[in-house]
Amino acid sequence: MQPLEQRDEVEMLSLMLLIRRFEERASQQYQAQKIGGFCHLYIGQEAVVAGAVAAIRPDDYIITAYRDHGHALARGTTAKACMAELFGKETGCSRGLGGSMHFFDKEHHMYGGHAIVSAHVPLAVGLAFAIKYRDEDRVTLCFFGDGAINQGSFHEALNLAALYKLPIIFICENNLFAMGTSVERSTSLKQIVDRAEGYDIPGEIVDGMNFREVRDKVAEVADSIRKESHPSFLEVRTYRYRGHSMSDPASYRTKEELEKYRLDDPIIRLRAQLTREGKLTNEQFDQLDKRAKETVLAAVKFAEQGPELPVEKLYDYVYFNGAKA
Amino acid sequence: MREITYRQALNEALAEELERDPNVFLMGEEVAEYQGAYKVSAGLLQRFGSKRIIDTPISENGFAGLGIGAAMVGLRPIIEFMTFSFSLVAFDQVVNNAPNMFMMSGGQFNIPITFRGPNGPAHQLAATHSHATENFYASVPGLKVCTPATPRDAKGLLKTAVRDDNPVLVLEAELLYSSKGMVEPPDEELLIPLGKADVKREGSDVTVICYSQTVPISLTVAAQLEEEDISAEVVDLRSIKPLDEKAIFESVAKTHRVVIVEQDHPFCGVGAEICYRIQKTIFDELDAPILRVSQEDVPMPYNEDLERAVLPNAEKLVTAVKQVCYA
Repeated sequence: MQPLEQRDEVEMLSLMLLIRRFEERASQQYQAQKIGGFCHLYIGQEAVVAGAVAAIRPDDYIITAYRDHGHALARGTTAKACMAELFGKETGCSRGLGGSMHFFDKEHHMYGGHAIVSAHVPLAVGLAFAIKYRDEDRVTLCFFGDGAINQGSFHEALNLAALYKLPIIFICENNLFAMGTSVERSTSLKQIVDRAEGYDIPGEIVDGMNFREVRDKVAEVADSIRKESHPSFLEVRTYRYRGHSMSDPASYRTKEELEKYRLDDPIIRLRAQLTREGKLTNEQFDQLDKRAKETVLAAVKFAEQGPELPVEKLYDYVYFNGAKA
Repeated sequence: MREITYRQALNEALAEELERDPNVFLMGEEVAEYQGAYKVSAGLLQRFGSKRIIDTPISENGFAGLGIGAAMVGLRPIIEFMTFSFSLVAFDQVVNNAPNMFMMSGGQFNIPITFRGPNGPAHQLAATHSHATENFYASVPGLKVCTPATPRDAKGLLKTAVRDDNPVLVLEAELLYSSKGMVEPPDEELLIPLGKADVKREGSDVTVICYSQTVPISLTVAAQLEEEDISAEVVDLRSIKPLDEKAIFESVAKTHRVVIVEQDHPFCGVGAEICYRIQKTIFDELDAPILRVSQEDVPMPYNEDLERAVLPNAEKLVTAVKQVCYA
């Protein structure tokens, strides 16, 4: 393996650690009532976004649902801006106006953070439409959960993407539960990927606990799309360790099931792969983890100290020209 | 100036904006090959090609959302709803995505999109196809809503809507598509600002506030009342949101009597908001309680006579005007 790739994998492991430590700290700050509203944690699913983002260009478009902290961090939004958003501060990535479920970062082509299940899937198709309209070779990555696949907007969007041959990868992060409803109880199909077949979209199942598998599959599909525009569908099988949101004790699943997935932890797995291949020492790993924790602590401090948007500016964010209708 | 139909006026507006800005495209059901369900987009496919005039399947939520996504990266979509009754299938996109994005993203993403199509009752289309949606949409912060009544206003408002950097709904009317009116020649740029009412007829005894399909009714009634020595001023709102309060207040300060004739339902209707604003700001100018003429508060029946009974009409307006004038 080339040195560059090696560095990249260590860097991506570092990103996964950052996401995990960020979410743990967010959970703690939520319990301390520094964070309001709903808060959905990504712990356990880190390899999905890390793998996907490692495979695409910085100018590709990504958009996701409400479990979005990891996606913004993976795209390059700073932990400071993310934590400040959770704290509702003007220094947040959406100026404290969006909150946990609505992280946006235009500079890093992160198009949200959307909280109505599947309502962003048509938006993603629109991003892909714009790419094709302008004859660009970008790709849109549209992330959503297994809960989204039974909404009408999801079906309409897949049909449109297939009909217009748009450059988009639909990435279903199948964590087995839509809130507390298991896939078996919500979906008539045996496997989610078969939804794609109904729209003549090529689909594959990917192991979402394996960073390398996600990265390689997304890279392969993105490459194919850049050569000739078309939609694609990946059912990425993963698991969230925490409840649906902060108020969910997740009593709909067993401790044994959770333990089984914890043993297959994506961070432990990538670490083991790199260690085995002699690309990462224990000391180096501890350094990475220490750095992640420090970054998150600095983010909390930044968030605490940040200003809030003054109420006089309330109407500045209703219409683009600031006019009051 | 030359006389053209409301339909031709809209068609010219679309063509001119498509010509001016390559980021503009038109998308909707039957807009291309079929030439538009109401022929508003006739000829545009031939002129601009299938890349920019795009037929969709019957998926209002899907293509409304597609438009919003495209607008997030700077395209300027014009999304046609075959009727705004069908926009209800896309309500989540129009209400929850388009107008919220700017606030939700802390000002990073504005949505320069136009949603257009016929709105309000036509003729015997019954309950599902007769929705007047202006009061639903006008109640949503972040949306703008205009309701042109004449070919000139239709052209000028649609062109302005396409150039606006926010989501704008252009609520047309099926029963007005074939109506005619004088419009500037095509080589003369016609832009009519949103939020600017137009006094369609001056008068001194009573102000009749109207929009869209209720404008021709108001003008007919005003002409009729003149013979009975009642001078009615007809104020066409043209935009519901932003609302031209100034024009309303100026007219009311002159006439001191008001009837609002609207095409939506009475409960939480457009007229309710206008009544509130008038009494709040210029209460002392009023010489009589404000009256409203609207639809009856029922789902639209199919039966022709019953439909007539539900709709605002000239007779109801005359009665209301005489009542506020104590005539």
